[in-house]
Amino acid sequence: MHVGRGGSTTAAALARRRPWRIGNLGDALSRTVFAGLGLSLLALALLMAYELVLESRHSIRAFGWGFLTGTRWDPVDQVFGAAPAIYGTLVSSVIALMLAVPVSLGAAIFLSEMAPPWLRSPLSFLIEMLAALPSVVLGLWGLYVLVPWVRDFVEKSSLGHLSFIPLFDGPPFGFGMLAAGLILAIMVLPIITAIARDVMQAVPTSQREAMLALGATRWEVILGAVLPYCRSGLMAAVILGLGRALGETMAVTMVIGKGYNITASLFQPASTAASTLASEFNEATYNLYISALVELALILMGITLLLNILARLLVWRVARSPEVIAE
Amino acid sequence: MSGFAYRRRKIASIVVLGLCASSAFVAVGVLALILGFVLLNGINYLNLDFFTHMPTPLGEPGGGVANSIVGSLLIIGVAALIGIPVGVGAGVFLSEYAGARLGNIMRFTADVLTGVPSIVVGVFVYSVVVLKMGHFSALAAGIALAIIMLPIVARSSEEMLKLVPRSQREAALALGITRWRTILSVIIPAARRGLVTGGLLAVARAGGETAPLMFTALGNRFWSLSVTGGPIDALPLRIWRYGIGPYDEWHQQAWAASFVLVLVVLAISLAARLVLTRR
Amino acid sequence: MQTDSLLDLQAPVMAYGMRVGSEPQAPVSEEEALAEGLVVRKLNAWYGSFQALREVSLLVAPERITAIIGPSGCGKSTLIRCFNRMHEVAPRARVTGQVLLRGKDIYAPATDPVLVRRRVGMVFQKPNPFPTMSIFDNVAAGLRLNGFLVRRSELADAVERSLRQAALWDEVKDKPNRPATELSGGQQQRLCIARALAVEPEVVLMDEPCSALDPVATLKIEDLMRELARNYTIVIVTHNMQQAARVSDYTAVMMMADDRAGEMIEFGPTREVFTNPRDKKTEDYITGRFG
Repeated sequence: MHVGRGGSTTAAALARRRPWRIGNLGDALSRTVFAGLGLSLLALALLMAYELVLESRHSIRAFGWGFLTGTRWDPVDQVFGAAPAIYGTLVSSVIALMLAVPVSLGAAIFLSEMAPPWLRSPLSFLIEMLAALPSVVLGLWGLYVLVPWVRDFVEKSSLGHLSFIPLFDGPPFGFGMLAAGLILAIMVLPIITAIARDVMQAVPTSQREAMLALGATRWEVILGAVLPYCRSGLMAAVILGLGRALGETMAVTMVIGKGYNITASLFQPASTAASTLASEFNEATYNLYISALVELALILMGITLLLNILARLLVWRVARSPEVIAE
Repeated sequence: MSGFAYRRRKIASIVVLGLCASSAFVAVGVLALILGFVLLNGINYLNLDFFTHMPTPLGEPGGGVANSIVGSLLIIGVAALIGIPVGVGAGVFLSEYAGARLGNIMRFTADVLTGVPSIVVGVFVYSVVVLKMGHFSALAAGIALAIIMLPIVARSSEEMLKLVPRSQREAALALGITRWRTILSVIIPAARRGLVTGGLLAVARAGGETAPLMFTALGNRFWSLSVTGGPIDALPLRIWRYGIGPYDEWHQQAWAASFVLVLVVLAISLAARLVLTRR
Repeated sequence: MQTDSLLDLQAPVMAYGMRVGSEPQAPVSEEEALAEGLVVRKLNAWYGSFQALREVSLLVAPERITAIIGPSGCGKSTLIRCFNRMHEVAPRARVTGQVLLRGKDIYAPATDPVLVRRRVGMVFQKPNPFPTMSIFDNVAAGLRLNGFLVRRSELADAVERSLRQAALWDEVKDKPNRPATELSGGQQQRLCIARALAVEPEVVLMDEPCSALDPVATLKIEDLMRELARNYTIVIVTHNMQQAARVSDYTAVMMMADDRAGEMIEFGPTREVFTNPRDKKTEDYITGRFG
């Protein structure tokens, strides 16, 4: 049995036969390949921004900043203004957040602080399944279940009594901002819940115990110890949810109707930037039309980018706040 | 501490926590509501014909979504073929090679890309691929979905690769194994379960997307197996078209197709989670 | 300079008799170290701006066991990681000085660290077999993944050879395809030793190889080390002085200076270092007055 060095075919001998050499081809090659794949992320983002700007140049040249404030969208007269679409995007998302955030936080608190372990996993799983539902299926459900419900239970009943409030003034079709807000709330709910639950679970037990030792009730523990500790994470969750709401297309398009105006009414048909794109892109027949639509897409991407930067700044700023550093 | 004030706080606590509990069940209730409707409305129309037949001429009863299913598979195949290797490669770069600053920039970019609305991706691919090719195609649709998958796979791969303990890397390096060999033969196999999960979840996400397909695949009522040849149909597209269409027959088929799509997406998501916890 | 307390250490040195203690060891000859062993000349190592090693010089005798001892944080691990160029893997790590392996500086400009690591193997403190691989694959990993074109039969031979050298063959010969994670801690460490031996290095570095193991496994590995020293140059880092006294032929003592840089205080035959140390710091450390 051969033990130790020696022999002409052993590994050491093979290694010694090769002289000291410079560098390593395989490593250099693989580094380049992986770097290329990694940089593809950057390249993609830059290319996307560039291409969108390029294709919207006709519209930018034709309308300038007026595109953002113009309220008319008329393919026949070749006049395009994005204000109602932007308004619709923002308002529907805000409604969605107003409806979803309390429910999400409540569900997250339940999952993180109250639920017994055997319930936690399956419940979390179910709520995450809600996020996995394709948006077009939610749109279908929205179209045939939610819209009639909104029409029959909400709009018809408030029509008589509350229509003097501009918020509730509008034809009882069911389609409109309210339905869009509702369906967006459903889509945004699981995202905020999942992230909020994660950050809440990450709060150290010592924090809760400190609060309990002061004689706090269970809710006071959550309010006083848990929520403040994961403030930045909760904000990030809401911002992520907002991002999803802003860009959501199919479900919104199917329930928002096709009204293009700025109105305070929840019941009027409306539009978002995404729904306008979805409804009209395939029918755009001439360059200016297409360019205006691409400019809408560019605006959407810009809002997304701003939101991400805002989220990063917020998290960065809160992470450096005195309370956190003092820990 | 007076007994009365404490009782009030206690009641407040119980009430609020009760609301929280009901919130959780509202969320689940909504899920049940949606799934319930999809199930009830869709199951009526499900039969073998539905899976094997093509759409009938406008307004005529019967027909199926065979071409949509095949189209979806083709498109997702292309998307996975492009998106997963590039995504994993980007994840490897982020985890093994990138320095702190470059890494932060790339992670930020990935997060931004994840947040870009899928319809914007569709518009982008339309102008870059469809216009250049001159027609719609499964390839364009696949590229669009790959772009959607890419940042998701990259970030999840990075996280999974980072979980491989440093001792593994050191052991391999100490044996004189080169960096690239270490990554390929030690680190990636060690992280393979997480990588598979990430890939499956990205596929589930991309498979349900409709908006980017509208401007890249367009949709097709006829059979198509060609990747680059022309418009092709996909299940989400069919649901969309039939859902907003004028015929009742179409609406029923939309429900049935939704049922199938939801089933598949949920099955893949479930499989992804099982891979991580079971195997 | 013999004191009563030092007598305590002579006991293990004497009791384990055998090579250590029964034959007077001469100091390491520089010619021998240059020709067949390791020569360290004025080695400095940094992590960023923190200097971990200062002007360390050492002679490592071939086919002997050299132990490096010293209080924790004194740079022992950093030192041996410089012997196989693992130190530079850490971010912002830097090295100056020379480490001569058989007379050739491994830090010479055109030298490929990968080739160095094939000639200088390493076993770590916590056993780290590759969890996704079987026992066989673990031992073969170095051979396979180094791109050596080895035929299947040669591979099997090499694996058996390494496992026998690591005194693990009898325990695993019936189940070479079981996952490596099924082995006990001591067995896993011997597996890591077998894995390191498979590429047939000239020097084997061991960074506190027994500190994560129980006493029985520790003794097995110490016996193993003495066997291996017949054919390999072994350098072991240990915080356990008794182990150093039991096992090693030569001992190097390191200490931490005021600025936390590691310095080589003295090195020589183990018997001398433990019974007749030249430097007071060594004496203080060994008698437990310090560290």
